[in-house]
Amino acid sequence: MHNESLKSQATFPPKSTEPRPEHPPEVPLAIHDLTVAYHRKPVLWDIELNIPEGKLVGIVGPNGAGKSTLLKACLDLIPKTSGWAHIYGKPYKKARHLVAYVPQRESVDWDFPVSALDVVAMGAYRRLGWFRRVTKEESAKALHCLEQVGIDHLADRQISQLSGGQQQRVFLARALMQDAELYLMDEPFAAVDAATEEAIVALLRKLSDQGKTCLVVHHDLATVTTYFDWLVLLNMRVVADGPAETTFTRENLQKTYGGKLNLLEKAAEALRHTIN
Amino acid sequence: MNWTSFDTWIVVIGALCAMACALPGCFLVLRKMSMMGDAISHAVLPGLAIAFLITGTRASVPMFFGAAIAGVLTALFTQWISRFGNVDRGAAMGIVFTTLFAIGLIMIRQAADNVDLDPGCVLYGAIELTPLDTVGSTGIPRAALVNGGVLLANLVIILVLFKEFKLGAFDSALADTLGFSSQFLHYLLMTMVAVTTVAAFESVGSIIVIAMLIVPPATALLLTRKLPAMLLIATVTAALSALLGHLGAIIVPPWFGFQTTTTSGMIALAAGVLFTLAWLFSPIEGILVKRWHRNHSEPEEVPEPGGA
Repeated sequence: MHNESLKSQATFPPKSTEPRPEHPPEVPLAIHDLTVAYHRKPVLWDIELNIPEGKLVGIVGPNGAGKSTLLKACLDLIPKTSGWAHIYGKPYKKARHLVAYVPQRESVDWDFPVSALDVVAMGAYRRLGWFRRVTKEESAKALHCLEQVGIDHLADRQISQLSGGQQQRVFLARALMQDAELYLMDEPFAAVDAATEEAIVALLRKLSDQGKTCLVVHHDLATVTTYFDWLVLLNMRVVADGPAETTFTRENLQKTYGGKLNLLEKAAEALRHTIN
Repeated sequence: MNWTSFDTWIVVIGALCAMACALPGCFLVLRKMSMMGDAISHAVLPGLAIAFLITGTRASVPMFFGAAIAGVLTALFTQWISRFGNVDRGAAMGIVFTTLFAIGLIMIRQAADNVDLDPGCVLYGAIELTPLDTVGSTGIPRAALVNGGVLLANLVIILVLFKEFKLGAFDSALADTLGFSSQFLHYLLMTMVAVTTVAAFESVGSIIVIAMLIVPPATALLLTRKLPAMLLIATVTAALSALLGHLGAIIVPPWFGFQTTTTSGMIALAAGVLFTLAWLFSPIEGILVKRWHRNHSEPEEVPEPGGA
């Protein structure tokens, strides 16, 4: 088994020997030569990305393409086999204050005995540092963040008493609480109601208007071009990236999804017919 | 019933020990690592034996260090085995703690057999005898001071790091991205469990430790949806178990014509009874209330505490 994985590694192109390209330091997220492997099997290979400031960026690709892994590697949550990801020119450890992360909803236990407001207040913990309690100002701010996602009336509810969409909004409010410049969101639209989806889109637009950058892992091809203005097509490698209109092409999608696209295409086609 | 100051001390020691266990136990339960308490409470045995073999005394300080190191190693080995051996976490825990426990047993049998560190004492404890071992001329049993000290230490750590413990238990990935090392918080909790376990070993035995780490927190979780309240209720439940347990041990068996029974066992049993009562009658999670609500109200409505 080990031999096999070694062999499969050997078939990948050797590391480039060219000098590292200089990224302008103002780029919110610059990734160079990033490779991530689980149990010696590569999940991401040689990722090279420059995410421009103020864009709503969709990350699209089939299951197992490494979309979540890409976000986690940028956040130092999983080790990088090689390469780096810089946030405004700095490694993550020195740029924590610039990044907010919205994990997948299933990543936590929603039966945990805390209220919605408690969870949002966690977004202030880095500012507070070790030992210091949540202050009155931070609590008021947390309530304001809940208001921005439209559920401030649920602030005192224990989180298991919220619907899936409301739980997702709590996570978004927590990210807002972090006051970041770059937002990394892992499938915020997964299994939410229509009202929540609208609220999230409105919020993303607002963040983008404020010059913040949002990277959003997304599944629904039908909404890609309406929600996002920049696109990263990912399937272990970056298949294509650039402005949404020019990147979201049949050819690029074919390359990203391979044979699986046909089915998706048919679904999208059917959807287009019902809308028109 | 003939209640003496002896009985009072037994209850006090049992309550201090039970409360000391319940506090870190809350976070074990919330992290879904309940069995880690079981594992660590067994795996500290070789740590105790080695500390004894090196120092030649049963002095508390080396014992604590030995236990703390063994406890952290248990957590560490479990993590390694499940990651590199591709084994499920529960199985890895089972491998580590049974092996360490066995090593501890062998060491005690071989090297320290003639000393008062016998396996039976470790498992069942001897809470009935603890009031005899007093410190100097104060008349305060050593076990009360040790368990009281550990309770105080656990309380201070959890109060000071409450926000960090909450974050680490709820969302360890967020803790890491915000710069609060989830590894550090994890091993701090493991150390607390190990040290608490050793303090309790000498007085009340490991069976009650395992019960007190998990049962009062699980009971509290049925009674509240707030973390501070959970910690408080778990602590009170633990203390109550000690009182009811000792009362049960001296009152109940004579009803059936038996001699009084072991207090440690009865304390664990009392905790189990309290859990059952909470499970039945809790105003928010109790099955009776849930059934009543299913029959009488909209399922959408959240049952409020006291509303039943």
